[in-house]
Amino acid sequence: MTGISRSAQAWRRGAAVLAAGALATAGLTACSSSSTSGGASSTSTAGANDMAAALQKKSTLTVWAWAPQDKDIAAAFEKKYPNVTVNLVNAGTSTTEYTKLQNAIKAGSGVPDVAQIEYYALPQFALAGSIQSLDGYGLDSLKSDYPAAVWDAIDINGSLDATPQDTGPMALFYNEKVFKQYGLTVPTTWDEYVADGVKLHAANSSEYITADSGDPGFTTSMIWQAGGKPFTATGSTSVTINTQDAGTKKYTAEWDQLEEKGLLSQIAPWSSAWFTALGNGDIASLVTGAWMPANLEGSAAAASGDWRVAPMPTYDGGSPASAESGGSSDAVMKGSSNALVAAAFVQFMGTDAGEQILADSGGFPAENSILNSSAFLDQAPAYFGGQKINQVLSQAASSVLPGWSYMPFQVYANSIYPDSVGKAYANKTDIYAAVSTWFKASAAYGQQQGFTVTVQ
Amino acid sequence: MTVLSPGTGLEAGSAGPRRERRRGRVRTRWTGWGFLAPFLLVFLFALVAPIVYAVYLSLFQDKLIGGNRFAGLANYTEAFKDPQFWSGFERMALFLVVQVPVMLVLALGVAFAIDSARLHWAPLYRLSIFLPYAVPSVVGALMWGFLYGTQFGLLGQLDRWFHTTLPDPLGNTLILPAIGNIVTWEYVGYNMLIFYSALRVIPNEIYEAAELDNAGAWRIIWHIKLPSLRPAMLVATVFSVIGSFQLFTEPAVIFPIAKDQIGSAYTPNWYAYNLSFNGQEYNYSATIAIVMGVLTVIVAYLVQRIGRRGQEA
Repeated sequence: MTGISRSAQAWRRGAAVLAAGALATAGLTACSSSSTSGGASSTSTAGANDMAAALQKKSTLTVWAWAPQDKDIAAAFEKKYPNVTVNLVNAGTSTTEYTKLQNAIKAGSGVPDVAQIEYYALPQFALAGSIQSLDGYGLDSLKSDYPAAVWDAIDINGSLDATPQDTGPMALFYNEKVFKQYGLTVPTTWDEYVADGVKLHAANSSEYITADSGDPGFTTSMIWQAGGKPFTATGSTSVTINTQDAGTKKYTAEWDQLEEKGLLSQIAPWSSAWFTALGNGDIASLVTGAWMPANLEGSAAAASGDWRVAPMPTYDGGSPASAESGGSSDAVMKGSSNALVAAAFVQFMGTDAGEQILADSGGFPAENSILNSSAFLDQAPAYFGGQKINQVLSQAASSVLPGWSYMPFQVYANSIYPDSVGKAYANKTDIYAAVSTWFKASAAYGQQQGFTVTVQ
Repeated sequence: MTVLSPGTGLEAGSAGPRRERRRGRVRTRWTGWGFLAPFLLVFLFALVAPIVYAVYLSLFQDKLIGGNRFAGLANYTEAFKDPQFWSGFERMALFLVVQVPVMLVLALGVAFAIDSARLHWAPLYRLSIFLPYAVPSVVGALMWGFLYGTQFGLLGQLDRWFHTTLPDPLGNTLILPAIGNIVTWEYVGYNMLIFYSALRVIPNEIYEAAELDNAGAWRIIWHIKLPSLRPAMLVATVFSVIGSFQLFTEPAVIFPIAKDQIGSAYTPNWYAYNLSFNGQEYNYSATIAIVMGVLTVIVAYLVQRIGRRGQEA
C-alpha cells in the first residue's frame, strides 16, 4: 500500500519535473529564436546591408510612442518602405508607458518592437537587458551628428542602446512684460534670479518668479547644470551615489532661498491653472527644456508676444552652462522578431527625415545638422515677439555639461521623490537634507534590486 | 491456478456485486461534487488560487540584477521592519479609531431620525443619504478633490471671492481628515441602511409595552433600540474596520493633486500598488498584501470577539 502511494508520488514528481523541463526548454527556444533574429546580425559588420535587405520584405512593426509627430514620421517611413507596416500605439506618456512596458517584459509577451523611452529611463531598461543593442548596425558613425551630451545618454556602458528623438536643453523662458513692469533684470546668475524672485513677490503677492512644487526631473537637471555628478555607474551592476556631491549642494543652497521663503508658486505643472498663470503673468518665468515653446503657444495663448528666451543663468556668470530636461530616445526592444527593420526605423526617426518632420511640427530635434541650419535658426515666432529663439536654444544644446548620468533605477527613484523632497517643498524645509534622504532611499531600492550600491 | 486466472466464473461472480456497489458509491460521491462544482470552481479560481499564488510569489525575490530566486521568508522579515509599511499601517489605525466611530454615530443618528416616523418625506432622506454610496468611489473622490482644490476648485473660488485664505484641506495637517470626510460621506448611507433595516424588525409589541410603561422616546432608544441594534452594529463595525485597512481609491485619486502629501506609502494598499507597478517589486508587494490581510483578519476578529463578549454579558 505504502509502496503504491510512494510510487505514485514519484510519478507525480517526475511529471512535474518533465513539465517544468518542457516549460524551460520552451523558454530557452523562445530566447534563442529571438536572439538569432536580432543578436546574430548585431555582431555581424554587414548590419547595414542586412537592414536594407530586411526592409524589402513584407513585415509589420509595433511601435509604442507618444510624441505627436510620430504619426507623420511613421507615415513617411511607410511611404519610403512600402513593404513595412508600422503599427503605432500610444501606450501612454512617460511613466504610464514604462509601467506597461515593464509588465509586458515581465509577462514575456506583448513587448513592442520599438519603444519611445526618455533619456533618464533608458539606463533602467538597458541594464535590465530589455533593450536590443544597436551595435553593429552601422549606427555608431552617427556619433558626430549629435551634441556630446545626447550621445552620452544613449551610449550606455559602451553599447549604443537607442537613437535620439527630441532633446530638451534648458533655457530661461521669461515674461518680458512682467519683467519690465516690475523692473526686473534678465538674470545671468542665479543670485540675480533669486533677487528677482524676492523683488517680484514683494511688489505683488500674487506674482511668483516661477512655479516649482517639487519635481524629480527638475531637481536632477538643476544638479546637472550646477556641475553635479551624484550618480556614477561602473559596469552594469554597480552604482555610486554621492550625497556629498558639490553640484547638489550648490544648487540646493541657491534654490533653498526661494523655496523656504515661499517664493515659488505651488501650482502643479501641466495643470490648467498652471497654463492660466503662465498666460496671465502670475508665473513670470520657467527654467525648462527647449521643447517648451510649442506648449506655451498652444496652452498659454493669452501671453502671445510677451515671452522671451534667455540662456540659463549660471552660478558665476561665466561661460554658459545648460542641462537636459526631458527628451526622448527610441529603442529596439529585446525579443523583437524583426530587429533589423526595427533598427532601420529608429535610425529613420533619429536622423534626417524623422528629425526634420519633428522640427517642422514644433519638436526640438537632436541632430546638429538641423540645430545649425539657417532655416531652423532664423525662425522668429510671433509668440516670442519675433525673437529668434532657436539661436538661444541651439546655443543651449551645445552648452549642456558633459559627463552626467542618471541612476540605473531612476524611474522608481522618481516615483518615491514625493516621500522626501516633495515633503520638504510642502513644509518649506531644507532641500539638501531631503535630497540626501531621497538618494539614500533610492540606494536602498538599488541594493534590493541586486546592484552594488556605494553611498558616499 | 483459479486464483491467478482472471477469467474464472468464480472470481467474476464474487467480485461482481462488490464492484457494482463500489461503482454506486463512486457515482454518489461524484454527484455531490457535481452539485458543488459551480461554487467550487469559482471559489478555487477567484479566491484560493490568487491567495496561493500571492503566497508563492512572496517566497521569491526577482531582482533587476541576479534574476529570480527563492528567498524563503526574507520578504516577510523585511516587511516587519519596513518603516514605510508600518507608518502606513499606523496611519490607517489612527484613521480607523477616529473615522469609524464618527461615521457609525452619524449613521446611527440618521437611522433613528428616519425610524422615528417624525420626518416628512422619510424615503426622500433615506434615499438621498444613501445616494453617495451609489456613486462610484473614484467619481466621489474626484468630486471632493475638486471641492478641496485651493487653486482650481471650490475652495480656491471662495478664497478669490472673499479675499480669504482658507486652510488647505490637502495640506500636511488636514489631508487625513479630508480623506476621512470623503469616506464618511460615501459610507454613512450604507451603514444607515444596515441600522435602519435592523430597527424595522423590532416587534411592535415591545414598543407597545414600552408605551404602556410610560417610556419616553430617549428611554425607548436606550433600552429597546440600541440593545436590539447590537448585532447590526457589530457587522457594520467589522465591515468598516476592513474597509479602513483596505483604503486605496481615495488616496490614489487624490495623489495627482497632492503628490507630496500622499507620497508612495500613504496606506498599505497604496504602498503595495506602487511597489509592484512603479518598482516592479511584485514579490515584496505580494508579501505586503499578505501581511496586511492577516493583520486585518486579526483586528476584525478581535473587534468581533469584543463585540460578542459584550453581547453575552
